[in-house]
Amino acid sequence: MRSRWLSSGVSTVMFIGLWLLAHPAMAAEAAAPGLSKPWWFWPVVLFLFCLVLGVLAVLAGVGGGVLYVPLVSGFFPFHLDFVRGTGLLVALAGALAAGPGLLKRNLASLRLALPVALIASTCAIIGAFMGLALPRNIVQIALGGTIILIAILLATSKNVERPEVKKPDSVGQALKIMGVYREESTGEEVDWRVHRTPLGLFLFIIIGIMAGMFGLGAGWANVPVLNLLMGAPLKIAVGTSKFLLSITDTSAAWVYLNQGCVIPLMAVPSIVGLMLGSFIGVRILAVVKPKAIRYIVILVLLFAGGKALLKGLGIG
Amino acid sequence: MRETRSKTAASPEQIRYANLLFYGCWGAIFFLFATYFLYVFGILAPHVPLEEISAYWSQGVHHYLEEAKIPLGWGWVVLLGKGDFLNFVGIVILAGLTIVAYLTLLPAYIRQKDLPFVIIVTLEILILSLAASGILVVGH
Repeated sequence: MRSRWLSSGVSTVMFIGLWLLAHPAMAAEAAAPGLSKPWWFWPVVLFLFCLVLGVLAVLAGVGGGVLYVPLVSGFFPFHLDFVRGTGLLVALAGALAAGPGLLKRNLASLRLALPVALIASTCAIIGAFMGLALPRNIVQIALGGTIILIAILLATSKNVERPEVKKPDSVGQALKIMGVYREESTGEEVDWRVHRTPLGLFLFIIIGIMAGMFGLGAGWANVPVLNLLMGAPLKIAVGTSKFLLSITDTSAAWVYLNQGCVIPLMAVPSIVGLMLGSFIGVRILAVVKPKAIRYIVILVLLFAGGKALLKGLGIG
Repeated sequence: MRETRSKTAASPEQIRYANLLFYGCWGAIFFLFATYFLYVFGILAPHVPLEEISAYWSQGVHHYLEEAKIPLGWGWVVLLGKGDFLNFVGIVILAGLTIVAYLTLLPAYIRQKDLPFVIIVTLEILILSLAASGILVVGH
């Protein structure tokens, strides 16, 4: 009974979300930024939208930032500069809220996170400056292309529960990037270590630049690199990735904050809405099958990426 | 059993880091919520009138800074008495938490004589502080 109630709740939430995205009146209003609406209209809509987004993000297993930036820049009247600044704060707040639980349960590893965070956060600053200096249409086109790539990555990547690491590399060993965690479902202790650390560190240069440039957060890229490339178990990769965002996004968020790209009237409802939505999402996750929702989110990302691409090309 | 627990348990510095994030994050969110209430209900007058904001957020940041006379970097501190800029306190706590948390890691790694991590943590503190300082500027 509870499951059915929650399932219908998810359906309703999704319906509201998709209605918000596709409603012609909303699209028209967003396209011609209306002074006709009272000042509180867009913050209220943004709060409700982010609430829905928070639920969907948890059910689809993606971060809030990766949905927030393409959807809000595509369907709301806010300029990309402010959307990226707020997107980073949204991703940052989510990562900070999740971080303590992950660190305490040893599912996020400081020894794995700190070296990659140094590279990613440094490059996120460079990415943020590049994003703010480049013409808007170029950033829109690059954003659109990246979002489509993320959607394809989400649809095709097959993460491995416990990758086999036969021989840890010398950098990983020197930095003692290893650990033990307890698998709650079986009570088993799982020893883990990493390999291909130099290549992994190199890829975090690109991840950091993209996170800073688009204000996306970067969980979508962190997890495959930590899990598939470096060989961290999936649980450690997911937990460390989420925690990692709190460091990467901090550096880029400061750049956007110092450049005036944060408007409190839109930032606060976004942060609070997404965090509340995430809490609701975690509770719903226990009783619904999220696979279908993941596919819907992938389709929404493809749609939003296409829209960003067309907008950048001056067609949309 | 005791050995098992200690093997899978998080290190003390990791626990300390987690606690700092927990209290800092929820404190900042609570503060943000309270200051937003003061702002949108007009209890504290804003620097940019609420009715005018929608004219700025659809334009680029350069236009917003010029037209609404928004200070760059930490210039907002002098406007803390204004409803909109009071919200920056919560935002800055969120953005500054990681720097403070990193500072708590440094003594632990120094004690453990873990030189690579002392260097990594020190560099990260410097990088994040540089980003936070507002010294770096971008040309539009």
